[in-house]
Amino acid sequence: MAEYQNIFTQVQVRSPAYPGVPLEGGHWVRQGQPFFNYWAGKIGDAQIGPIYLGGTGVASLICGFIAIEIIGLNMWASVDWNPIEFIRQLPWLALEPPPPAYGLRIPPLNDGGWWLLAGFFLTTSIILWWVRTYRRAVALGIGTHMAWAFAAAIWLYLVLGFIRPILMGSWAEAVPFGIFPHLDWTAAFSIRYGNLFYNPFHMLSIAFLYGSTLLFAMHGATILAVSRYGGDREIDQVTDRGTAAERAALFWRWTMGFNATMESIHRWAWWFAVLTVITGGIGILLTGTVVDNWYLWGVKHGIAPAYPPIPHSLPDASLLPGGAP
Amino acid sequence: MTSASSVTRKSVPLVLAGLAALVVAGCERPPQETVQSGYRGLGMEAVINPRILQAKLNQNAPPVPEPPAEPAPVKASQVYQNVQVLGELSVTEFTRQMIAMGKWIAGDLPEAEQCGYCHNTENFALDDKYTKTVARSMLALTLNTNAAWKIHVADTGVTCYTCHRGKGVPANAWTSDPGPGKPEGFVSTGQNVGAAAVGYTSLPYDPLTPFLEQDNEISVISTQALPPGGGESRKSIKQAEWSYALMMHVSQSLGVNCTFCHNSRSFFDWDQSTQQRTTAWYAIRHVRELNNEYIQPLKDILPASRKGPLGDPLKVTCSTCHNGAYKPLFGASMLKDYPGLAGPLPIKTAAAASPR
Repeated sequence: MAEYQNIFTQVQVRSPAYPGVPLEGGHWVRQGQPFFNYWAGKIGDAQIGPIYLGGTGVASLICGFIAIEIIGLNMWASVDWNPIEFIRQLPWLALEPPPPAYGLRIPPLNDGGWWLLAGFFLTTSIILWWVRTYRRAVALGIGTHMAWAFAAAIWLYLVLGFIRPILMGSWAEAVPFGIFPHLDWTAAFSIRYGNLFYNPFHMLSIAFLYGSTLLFAMHGATILAVSRYGGDREIDQVTDRGTAAERAALFWRWTMGFNATMESIHRWAWWFAVLTVITGGIGILLTGTVVDNWYLWGVKHGIAPAYPPIPHSLPDASLLPGGAP
Repeated sequence: MTSASSVTRKSVPLVLAGLAALVVAGCERPPQETVQSGYRGLGMEAVINPRILQAKLNQNAPPVPEPPAEPAPVKASQVYQNVQVLGELSVTEFTRQMIAMGKWIAGDLPEAEQCGYCHNTENFALDDKYTKTVARSMLALTLNTNAAWKIHVADTGVTCYTCHRGKGVPANAWTSDPGPGKPEGFVSTGQNVGAAAVGYTSLPYDPLTPFLEQDNEISVISTQALPPGGGESRKSIKQAEWSYALMMHVSQSLGVNCTFCHNSRSFFDWDQSTQQRTTAWYAIRHVRELNNEYIQPLKDILPASRKGPLGDPLKVTCSTCHNGAYKPLFGASMLKDYPGLAGPLPIKTAAAASPR
């Protein structure tokens, strides 16, 4: 028998295209003729559109486009406008922040100025998009949890690219725009500041990140496991006995002795997700500003164990005679 | 079920298999063996693939030594003119050394033409070929290395073959890299291209010029927990990227990972580093000396084919000798068979041998 499933649905539920709940006056209307897509229906709702962009959405897209254009054209220029090299080397290309010599001054466009401009437009775009998520939530009459979760991610982004560089007095401390370059920057950042693994806020961030994946797996698996009893319609069942909701709760009570509720599990997930980036941002903010070497900080505070010395280990070579010509 | 969707359904496993093949295409075929080199739990270990190691061993085998020379009471300088570096050798050992050098440096020429790679065969004493002047400087480099840099090369020492491997120019020589072409007005950051010299990272693609020719500071990690006050100059993340690039180059050149020298929990800490890090510290100073004292001064006599796009001569880096092995030729000593290269430089001729 055909069965409704959340992933790779065998039967697609199709209703007449529906524009959504009515909007109050003073708003743009939702735009676009809705249509159905078979492949979208495989993993979610088959109806595409209508979409609501509004003033902030349009402004955000324009600013985002300008930012990506600045980054892309600078990357393309870095391979002498060669289109083949642009595609071939794309993962390596970058728009770098200004060199350290400029401090917080405004550098020439071709020596980091474009990075500042791209950062300005990207940040404007992201903040406008945040305003849009907040206002769409209010317009729909729902809570603003999504906007605040997004704000947590924006906090980490701003610490990395704006707040910390200002506290350090150098734009050069910020992250480059680029695929491999931002990853190599991350490794260099950890090395320069004596190993980020000893940063307690980095530890917290990782705990929340891995915790988020664990909670997501537990919750997703639980709901899928009870979907044969209609567990995906959880709100209908939350107060009744013998329902999918109660079975899901009982599974965890039996295995762990304790269970979340249908409501609280989402609070768990929300807090784990937002604390990943909030603690991560604090950890980055403290690096270089108040701690210069996290490993030595860890030694000082007794969190970095000592190991037996390596046989034949020699003292600091730069202090030995005879090396330098 | 329409036929179109059944075709789609059948092609899905094929597409998945193709994607999986792409994903593993960059992987190294097993077996990989790990050899622990530090205290347990620190992940200080070498990863060795016996198949790849065997291939490297085959590529890095020393040649059979020349038959020993008959003892002779006459010195080379008493028989030949203009012998500035090896004049103290017996004439037979000198000839044996010259024959070996022909094979080491001009090995791709027929044996009868090898002398002519450096010498004017009408008059061997003339210095009219630039290759001869270069060879004299390189001999001085070799003798000085074996005598004065034992802290790097130990008693294993080096010979011409360590770098040259039968070729006029060692395979892993380098010149300053101006990077890819740029439009006018574009300021290069010196990084963010996929460069072989730094292991195809986006790190600065020429870390050799600032560190192995110039003597810029390599260490970037703070040695105190809290930031220094009082305007003490601090190291930037960008500087860390340059040092990181050099380390990638060293790692590739020696075919080792970070933990060959470092305990990666604390890269800067000498107390937790291996002995190899101290050797490498001296090696970097040694290579700087080779490039500045023996190679840069040859700039004016070298032809364009021996220089890079910026006009600097082909220079020495870690891989020039190491060729992917943690010890050149995996530690085989050729020096013991060619004692004439052990140095030190004869004092009287040191000035003459130096091209400056």
